[in-house]
Amino acid sequence: MASRAIYKPTRGDRVFDIVNIAIITIFTLIILYPIIFVIMASLSDPNKIFDTPLLLWPRGFTLKGYTEVLKNGDILTGFGNAVLYTFAGTMVNLIVTTLGAYPLSRKDFVGKGPITIFFTITMFFSGGLIPTYLVNQQLGILNTIWVMILPGALSVYNMILMRTYFQANIPNELLESAYVDGANDLQLLWRVVLPLSTPIIAVMAMFYGVGRWNDYYTAMIYLTDRSKFPLQLILREILVQGSFGDTSTALSQGADAQMMMLKLTMKYSVVIISTLPVMLFYPVVQKYFEKGIMVGAIKG
Amino acid sequence: MAAATAKKVALPKIDKVKRRQLRKRYFSQHKTLYLMMLIPIVFTLIWSYWPMYGIIIAFKNYSPAFGIFGSPWTGLDNFTRFFKGYFFGNIIWNTLRISIYGLLVSIPLPIILALMFNEIRVKWFKSTVQTISYIPNFISVVIIVGMINFFFGTQNGVINSIITMFGGKAVDFLGSPGAFPHLYVWSGIWQGVGWGTLIYTAAMSGIPQDQYEAAYLEGASRFQIIRNITIPAIMPTIVISAILATGGIMAVGFDKTFLMQNASNLSTSEVLSTYVYKVGLVNGEYSFSTAVGLFNNVVNFIFLFIVNKFAQHVGDTSLW
Repeated sequence: MASRAIYKPTRGDRVFDIVNIAIITIFTLIILYPIIFVIMASLSDPNKIFDTPLLLWPRGFTLKGYTEVLKNGDILTGFGNAVLYTFAGTMVNLIVTTLGAYPLSRKDFVGKGPITIFFTITMFFSGGLIPTYLVNQQLGILNTIWVMILPGALSVYNMILMRTYFQANIPNELLESAYVDGANDLQLLWRVVLPLSTPIIAVMAMFYGVGRWNDYYTAMIYLTDRSKFPLQLILREILVQGSFGDTSTALSQGADAQMMMLKLTMKYSVVIISTLPVMLFYPVVQKYFEKGIMVGAIKG
Repeated sequence: MAAATAKKVALPKIDKVKRRQLRKRYFSQHKTLYLMMLIPIVFTLIWSYWPMYGIIIAFKNYSPAFGIFGSPWTGLDNFTRFFKGYFFGNIIWNTLRISIYGLLVSIPLPIILALMFNEIRVKWFKSTVQTISYIPNFISVVIIVGMINFFFGTQNGVINSIITMFGGKAVDFLGSPGAFPHLYVWSGIWQGVGWGTLIYTAAMSGIPQDQYEAAYLEGASRFQIIRNITIPAIMPTIVISAILATGGIMAVGFDKTFLMQNASNLSTSEVLSTYVYKVGLVNGEYSFSTAVGLFNNVVNFIFLFIVNKFAQHVGDTSLW
């Protein structure tokens, strides 16, 4: 829109711009406020949070919520487990997705059509909860780390996005010349395609990684051992069911008002702590959204 | 004439043989490509196609002792039991209500927001608000539901503390069956509307700038430009997104619904996916749960098919 400078805005245009910006500003505040509230509440004395209708800065600043959360065994174990499942799971995701996307991106790949159909069918039909459960049972991976990593290794949607990115960004001549130089298909992928594909790999890592980190469902269905629970399942107990588990007996037994309030601050703090890893990763990957997703989206 | 016909018949024959030879050579030259492909194929076979085989237990009375293959057939018993069951009407209605309500809001809002973003001329402001609007998409459902509780809870909820501060009486939003669809849909909008603009922003970035310039020079108003240039350019994207969204009409997500459910809002919050979970994994009625899941999947596909046909008929954009 930069070239609009050649045009002198009319009064109608100005009114339009003012109204547009005003609505978008209000919208942005609505998106931001709940997040700001939780951050500020996590740093506040719980007795003072509701003194004013809108909390905009910490009231009665305290880090007690955070220090209590970091003492909670369940949360720490859950955090560790989640890091493990997310890291291992995302690696598997990236490998499996790339190995599918690259051959499909090649113009000369014989069998592209039937193979694409083979994958696309799974976007519309699935076995559903129980049949999938029975498969994992048969494989003997219930209540193990494998059930958190192997199922869901491939998102067909992501694979198609990646394929489209390869098609649009890797010049065919480059592949051909590398091929003439004696590189085989695996070397082509490793030395030519992947180095040119940082944006899509970053975006895929973000999609898969956030999906793994935020997932409570798989763990709820397949894990029975508390020591294997990822953070989201512990969070569910804390935030939705309102219990702090059995490791912090002092807390779960504390019936007095002060304990109640401490629990409340801990809830706010644990939300921030559990979202922090994603938010730290977000700015790094954010600049690739446009390149990564948009190219895939336009052509796909 | 006869020669021409003979030629026509003969040609593909030669082609076929030649093509087979070429293909063979290709396979041996590019073995690695096929070995790579084998890995995602194996994963898909195990975790997508193998469970599809398991669907047959919907027509059986599954017992672990006999396995999927050995369990006795029961025909359509599981389905008739579901259709005649006490909860059938209620669950279908709940699912449809939440989903249609959701579609009516979640299809147009990202389009409108993307159009508004597109009209911002101050670059830094545009990229800042876009970046902020994407953030909620990365927050987990557990936390979203936790935040719904922070805001709408009866005790220590933000909204209720404001109500009581001004002398009102606290409202039990979370336990209210009437409030559930609104909380569900609008928390989804809060989380997803920004991210939903991305695909339209992508489509808009492909519009040639000179179209806008020409319209400006001719004195078109902003609304005319949006209506005549931007919207037609993103129309295919709108149609595709709408088809895909409608295809999920009976697929109200399990994750958030299950977390938002409680004993008092169950009359509006019990949907197909949560029902499948409860009868299946909680009550252990594997066959019955699979039948309900299959019914859900088939209805979804029929919807997708019909909407796609309709889109083919009306315009020229469709999924296949």
